[in-house]
Amino acid sequence: MVETAAPTTPNRKNIFASLELDTRLLGMIGAFVVLCLVFNVFTDGRFLTPRNIFNLTIQTVSVAIMATGMVFVIVTRHIDLSVGALLATCSAMMAVTQTVVTPEWLGLGLNHPLTAPIAIIVGLITGVVIGAFHGFLIGYLLIPAFIVTLGGLLVWRNVAWYLTGGQTIGPLDQNFQLFGGINGTLGETWSWVVGVVAVVAAVLMQFNARRNKTAHEFPVKPMWAELLLSGIVAASILGLVAVLNAYEIPEARLERMFEARGEVLPEGLTAGYGLPVSVLVLIIIAIVMTVVAQKTRLGRYIFAAGGNPDAAELSGISTRLLTLKVFMIMGALCALSAVVASARLSFHSNDIGTLDELRVIAAAVIGGTALSGGIGTIYGAILGALIMQSLQSGMAMVGVDAPFQNIVVGGVLVFAVLVDIIYRKRTGART
Amino acid sequence: MSDRGTPLVEMRDMQKSFGGINAVDHVSVDLFPGEVVGILGHNGAGKSVLMKMLSGAIQRDAGEIYINGELAHINNPRDARTYNIETIYQTLALADNLDAAANLFLGRELTTKVGFVDDAKMEAETRKIMGRLTPNFRRYKTPVAGLSGGQRQSVAISRAVYFNAKILIMDEPTAALGVQETKMVADLIEELKAQGIGIFLIDHDIHQVKSLCDRASVMKNGQLVGTVDVHVATEDDLLGMIIAGKMPQHLAA
Repeated sequence: MVETAAPTTPNRKNIFASLELDTRLLGMIGAFVVLCLVFNVFTDGRFLTPRNIFNLTIQTVSVAIMATGMVFVIVTRHIDLSVGALLATCSAMMAVTQTVVTPEWLGLGLNHPLTAPIAIIVGLITGVVIGAFHGFLIGYLLIPAFIVTLGGLLVWRNVAWYLTGGQTIGPLDQNFQLFGGINGTLGETWSWVVGVVAVVAAVLMQFNARRNKTAHEFPVKPMWAELLLSGIVAASILGLVAVLNAYEIPEARLERMFEARGEVLPEGLTAGYGLPVSVLVLIIIAIVMTVVAQKTRLGRYIFAAGGNPDAAELSGISTRLLTLKVFMIMGALCALSAVVASARLSFHSNDIGTLDELRVIAAAVIGGTALSGGIGTIYGAILGALIMQSLQSGMAMVGVDAPFQNIVVGGVLVFAVLVDIIYRKRTGART
Repeated sequence: MSDRGTPLVEMRDMQKSFGGINAVDHVSVDLFPGEVVGILGHNGAGKSVLMKMLSGAIQRDAGEIYINGELAHINNPRDARTYNIETIYQTLALADNLDAAANLFLGRELTTKVGFVDDAKMEAETRKIMGRLTPNFRRYKTPVAGLSGGQRQSVAISRAVYFNAKILIMDEPTAALGVQETKMVADLIEELKAQGIGIFLIDHDIHQVKSLCDRASVMKNGQLVGTVDVHVATEDDLLGMIIAGKMPQHLAA
């Protein structure tokens, strides 16, 4: 261990060391970029069009939301096989609420402004209560999470069936449908506003962290590295906004939108979709979950309990209560995912969320969450979900037969974990 | 021993059984400020169980614990911490995936005004305390899984020192350490002793007990064989107590 004494001129090996980036994250981004470019070539440039990128983002949201919660579950050495079924139950509860309870029992009629909030609150309560129940069985009665949630997979899938009588329920409330993607976007102006706010917030946070380090006289990265990082972050955020804005609303649809407001479409006017509300929801969830993971005691205890449950217990942490909380968070996220998934379809169907548990677990694992516990990141899981979705829809666009699509996805999952194991061995220090 | 005032810790008639086996059977021990009491015995003699009842990791079946002469209520690790009882476990009880600072403050994180964990401040405090114990330590950002046995031990000891332990339980603190690191722990025990901290030291190594401890309580099959002054008892006496479970004739009186 030889380090230079002066903190301002540390002995840096190369440009990547100066940036202090997570090399694992870089690898994943690299793999993702290569994947996109390959598909782009094979689809004659149809993969990286604003339209397809827009679709990719809204298709990823539902799984990505649950994957952030799955990170906590897996980090604490548990597993949740019931997320898809739980999503279905939450979706069924919300569908029944907005098509039967609020219009008929409460007499609010169709598309009342209160319908969507009431339905979402009902869904969240459903998710949190079921999650707490799972957490209680696992944390306090010590039934393995695998068994509890395997049972839950059967139970909640069929509770959803029973609630709706197996029928498809729709159309859902119009305001509720705003969370679905194409039916609810911010438009160009507001998308730019959100993008700029995000850039300012990201840069402020980065330099706040730097100031905090300097205050304690810890070494910080060179200024050029900080600025370069800020530049990359800003370019990525604004670039995404620009792409989503570039996806133009078809003229016929735009005409209908103007008609609905009692106006006439001006000649030659075009408008982009902009940031979908569902993607905004995912971004907010990602930020909140990252803050919980890195900046709160709850997050610290989740990782400590995952790394060494005995140490956590001996440090006075109640690992039982922690398990309960983790599964409550998972339940709440399943409910939010259900909002996005059913709003995207514009109805509740009996098979909603089928096999999502596997996609969610795969996303978390591809994103670097270790099943042995203690290691995992929120951004990794979201990137994992995005890679899975890109792979799936990319192959569909290229025209790969359906069985081969699933064969490839399954193979990629196993291969990704192998690469991860090799990477961890090489970099050492991590168990 | 009555001339030394009130004991720092007095454990009276402690009992614990697991499935009909008496792991600790009517054992009483005490500890005075600035004293090191060795707890000796074979594997399975009940040493660790006895100490875990004091640290709150195991709930006792019966018996009373007095801290500074007052009846103490210790039912979990959190309770023990309120009495300034700190434990350095044989298994070290560190979360391998977290760095030194996160481990040192685990369960007692420093927070900012808005309630977030203050990693920078915790790292600064960790640097101060670790700097005293192991001046060459630099790997503050590495998960402790990547540290050597001695460095990990330093983290565990720093935790006890930082939070002003009055009563320290050390479960084979040098078992995983090299010669130099063992010396470091020995020096530290002397220093803590001088500060008036009472230490229970669980150890197998009779040489170590002879050199570090003031008294030794020997256990066998869950029962207390006896407590002797290590400056009077010979190594053979101690060995006899551990193996045969009998008090030596010349000390029995």
